[in-house]
Amino acid sequence: MAGIGGAETTAKKTRWGILNAVVVIYALFPVLWIVSLSFKSKDTLADGNFIPRSWTFDNYSEIFKTTEFVRALANSIGIALIATAVAVVFGTMAAYAIARLDFPGKSLLVGVSLLIAMFPQVSLVSPLFEIERSLGLFDTWPGLILPYITFALPLAIYTLSAFFREIPWELEKAAKMDGATPGQAFRRVIAPLAAPGVFTTAILVFIFCWNDFLFAISLTSTERSRTVPVALSFFTGSSQFEDPTGSIAAAAVVITIPIILFVLFFQRRIVAGLTSGAVKG
Amino acid sequence: MAEIVLDKVTKKYPDGALAVQEVDIEIADGEFIILVGPSGCGKSTTLNMIAGLEDITTGELRIGGERVNERAPKDRDIAMVFQSYALYPHMTVRENMAFPLRLAKVDNATVEKKVNDAADILDLGQHLDRKPSNLSGGQRQRVAMGRAIVRSPKAFLMDEPLSNLDAKLRVQMRTSVSRLQKQLGTTMVYVTHDQTEAMTLGDRVVVMRGGAVQQIGAPQYLYDHPANLFVAGFIGSPSMNFVPAGLENGLLRSPLGDIQLTDRIRRLVEAADAPSEVIVGIRPEHFEDSSLVEEHQRGGGHTFTSNVDVLESMGSDKFAYFTLSGEQATSAELAELAADSGTAEASGGGGVSLVTRIDAASTAKEGEQAEIWFNADKVQLFDPQSGRNLTYTED
Repeated sequence: MAGIGGAETTAKKTRWGILNAVVVIYALFPVLWIVSLSFKSKDTLADGNFIPRSWTFDNYSEIFKTTEFVRALANSIGIALIATAVAVVFGTMAAYAIARLDFPGKSLLVGVSLLIAMFPQVSLVSPLFEIERSLGLFDTWPGLILPYITFALPLAIYTLSAFFREIPWELEKAAKMDGATPGQAFRRVIAPLAAPGVFTTAILVFIFCWNDFLFAISLTSTERSRTVPVALSFFTGSSQFEDPTGSIAAAAVVITIPIILFVLFFQRRIVAGLTSGAVKG
Repeated sequence: MAEIVLDKVTKKYPDGALAVQEVDIEIADGEFIILVGPSGCGKSTTLNMIAGLEDITTGELRIGGERVNERAPKDRDIAMVFQSYALYPHMTVRENMAFPLRLAKVDNATVEKKVNDAADILDLGQHLDRKPSNLSGGQRQRVAMGRAIVRSPKAFLMDEPLSNLDAKLRVQMRTSVSRLQKQLGTTMVYVTHDQTEAMTLGDRVVVMRGGAVQQIGAPQYLYDHPANLFVAGFIGSPSMNFVPAGLENGLLRSPLGDIQLTDRIRRLVEAADAPSEVIVGIRPEHFEDSSLVEEHQRGGGHTFTSNVDVLESMGSDKFAYFTLSGEQATSAELAELAADSGTAEASGGGGVSLVTRIDAASTAKEGEQAEIWFNADKVQLFDPQSGRNLTYTED
């Protein structure tokens, strides 16, 4: 019996293994291809080989020599981090209120935030462009941070309120009985337990801000606040006749690195089952 | 340490539901008081109002002589143990117990000392650096108690603290809670739905039903002198037998036969202006196998003969179950008790069921006739309409 069971699981494992491999290859192939392109020299760029014949770091060193890319990278990091921080802080407070308190207009608030999340962004670009120009926000960091926060907040509120609902209400009562003010109860008991939710939300919001192209191209005009996805589309070769494919590939690889770092850094903090042991046995 | 006074405390929810109505309880300094009743009787709401977790709609709550209605829980200086324990899962046992002291900005040396003292009392010494998720149910329960005692509060509030433990551990913890309270001498208000806990733990017991206090008194007093049908049926296990009867000139016509009231009871009943239909309550231990009753005693009681349905031998004594022909006693209070204990459907089969506790020496056999005697002076009579105990006396 054990033999049969073993054979069955081996067969099952093989099937799953193949399926997983297919999915991973399908998903990662374009990434590998762009990595391969970024390491090719200008002459071999279009030779059709997947593995470069002559490896070179020229593309990387070149993009870091241009202010166009370096400035955009700084803009991207700054804008995404600020937008993420603000969205997570406000999202945490709003989500806590939604999960815990009964206040008039609560369902309206939830409904409106859902509405914002579903609103087609492209239809907001023209009014935002006009508004930001008359307010002097056009082509500035706040000009991008504000719309990012607007769209990231519903996401943050939704994710976080789900996490807050998981935390037993009694913990807060216990903290109150132990002599904590509502603020202390939140900071010392609820916030640490909501941390996995906060990190998850931070990752999602950061990725959203980092990847945005639509707002970034519509609401910026110069290097002052242009983010990397936009800068990439403005790449030109060193001369008019040169193909910028190599540089674009290298830049594309570079901008995935912060995302990977960000996810790896926060993923370690997402510990499942942090609230276990709080209540009952 | 302080006395707690509830003066006509009422809780009314915004939707109009009346959870607690005009509760008057005076809890003396150092007293161990139990709030008991079926679920939904308002006992936990009352406790939460003492704690400050629920607002008091009307009435006054005084702790140590001061009105505290408007004070936040943290300013009332009372500690609470929750049914679910509510331990902080991200803190170790030590941090959990130190938390109230840290909030009170106590210096490190004192915190260390108090936590260690509490850990010694509760036998948690070797678990101080573990997280709650790695503890057993009983250990978690002790940590929750530890968190309450480190602060030496004016009073402890316990909200069904043992209900999540298994039966054996519950009995064990019950003893240690009692010992702890004696040792610390702190006022304790303890909520439970378990009448055994209420009987064994408290100095005094408050029986609640539908948001109102039914009776307050020492456990033995409530057992011997229940004020009404509800208290009589709730306190005691197995619970009191209730038999409907007609009352005429000092004679009870019941499924147990015609019972001549003793002079004492007759006087009480006359003074209480009893109706002609009553409910007779007899505790299981007031029955005895008539062959084991001595001759001179027999006159003071009444005997009946019936078929033994089930006989359970407990070693020290036997429980004999009978079903007598006749209608079951009905009243709103009995229906509520049956619903709470889940026996509402089980006892549906026609006839009056009776539990008797008789001597282990009895030769009664299952399925055979047995002659049972009971002490006629121990019966209690209740008004089926109001539930009032017609034979209630103060002593």
